[in-house]
Amino acid sequence: MFHNIGEMLVLFWRTIRAWRNCWSQRRKILDQMFEIGNASLLMACVLSLFLGGVIALQSGPVLRDRGLVSLLGGLVGLSVAKELAPVMISVLIAGRIGSSMAAEIGSMKVYQEVDALRTMNINPTHYLVLPRMVGILVMLPLLVVLAVLSGWFGGALVAANNAEIALSFDGYFNNLRQVVDVNDVLSGLCKSVAFAAVIGVVSCHQGLITQGGPRGIGRSVTKAVVNSIVLILILDYFLTRLLMIFDR
Amino acid sequence: MNPTLEMQPSISLEVRGLRKSFDGQPVLRDVNLFVEPGEVFVVMGPSGSGKSVLLKHMVGLEVPDAGEIRLNGEILHELGSLSQYRVGMVFQSGALLNSLTVGENVGLYLSEHHLGSSAEIAKIVAQKLKIVGLKDIEHKFPSELSGGMKKRVAIARALVIEPQLMLYDEPTAELDPLMAVVIAREILRLNQTTHSTTIIVSHDRELAFGIADRIAIILEGSILVVGTPDEIRSSSNPLVQSFITASVSKDRIDV
Repeated sequence: MFHNIGEMLVLFWRTIRAWRNCWSQRRKILDQMFEIGNASLLMACVLSLFLGGVIALQSGPVLRDRGLVSLLGGLVGLSVAKELAPVMISVLIAGRIGSSMAAEIGSMKVYQEVDALRTMNINPTHYLVLPRMVGILVMLPLLVVLAVLSGWFGGALVAANNAEIALSFDGYFNNLRQVVDVNDVLSGLCKSVAFAAVIGVVSCHQGLITQGGPRGIGRSVTKAVVNSIVLILILDYFLTRLLMIFDR
Repeated sequence: MNPTLEMQPSISLEVRGLRKSFDGQPVLRDVNLFVEPGEVFVVMGPSGSGKSVLLKHMVGLEVPDAGEIRLNGEILHELGSLSQYRVGMVFQSGALLNSLTVGENVGLYLSEHHLGSSAEIAKIVAQKLKIVGLKDIEHKFPSELSGGMKKRVAIARALVIEPQLMLYDEPTAELDPLMAVVIAREILRLNQTTHSTTIIVSHDRELAFGIADRIAIILEGSILVVGTPDEIRSSSNPLVQSFITASVSKDRIDV
């Protein structure tokens, strides 16, 4: 395990050092960005819409019973912006995009395409890893922004239309504006950048160490998704603790 | 690799005391070879004898446990990469990038090293494909090609580098006898026109005796004998004889 973590850190460092190649790899970076956005935008928005909705549905009646329903906008707003949207969208992207990264690079490794790149003096980190890392580092925070908006809207829809909550759009969004500020959204975005790096590094690393045939590729895909999700959840706790220091 | 398109003189390759094990299982045991510049050198041996692992060491894809590979006298692993020499390799499977078209595959070295405009690269790609007897397939994907065509595209991709050293891993494997002859002729013709040092690993006896200047027989990770095709044919080593004369006959099978 420690060997793999070490290899992943080395891969991450090599990718950072290769940033000068971003311009020459721009076509592949744009392809990756389109791939990530196109594949996940609708799903991220729908997921987040229902996420905001279910928080409103669960907590709305409880708050109404205690005469605190006017605070619902802030509650949904904060939980979606700081925690749920970054984590849930990252988990979604780990399953949707991380798996495809590991499968694509893994099959290139198994079928000697990565070796062929090396014989042509083309660095696989520059050619394969850098575009994917930049793509996910740009697109995941963007998806999280859209997911946050979608989640807030989902909460408002439920709050306005559920008879047990019966909180107007205006009442919901007024409280949300009072409670949630830009820093709350930014802290969610900080998390999403870290999660994007985790998904990119774990998935590309798993692809590059793939061995064997189709079974090896399948194993790499599973490991990429599971390891990414586990690391996202562990990192989430420590990042939250760290960001709480800045909140004070 | 030297990032220009000019032809460079062919280079020598030397293998000294090469050893390699995987999980404690020795695959190469003290291999020593010297390949002259411009020579066609075939490493022959049965499946699992360590031929492909030897070839991977020659191009720096494997790190030896002991010993060294020298290109023109310079130790390969001290060079860090193949940046000083142009080495082309044709993999057994072709190893074409499946997500790229044939044209993009053949021109990959040029486009990634920024060695020409799109129009110039397209022209060179068409030239190299023509050399291997292919044309108007630039827009096809590798999955649309036959095994023989994939091999020829892989050769064209290696030719774009204008290699000083050309390595072939089982170039005639999985091909029908007719296509195997076409590929063998192609390899010989390319060696004569480009004068690049050519190393082939294969278990195809017809290919080896047909085009090699010298042949090395490898068995269980050790070189048994090195010599011209005639010297190999007249070798008194019983293992060499059993490998080069092995055949199937109905009369000799006991039921």
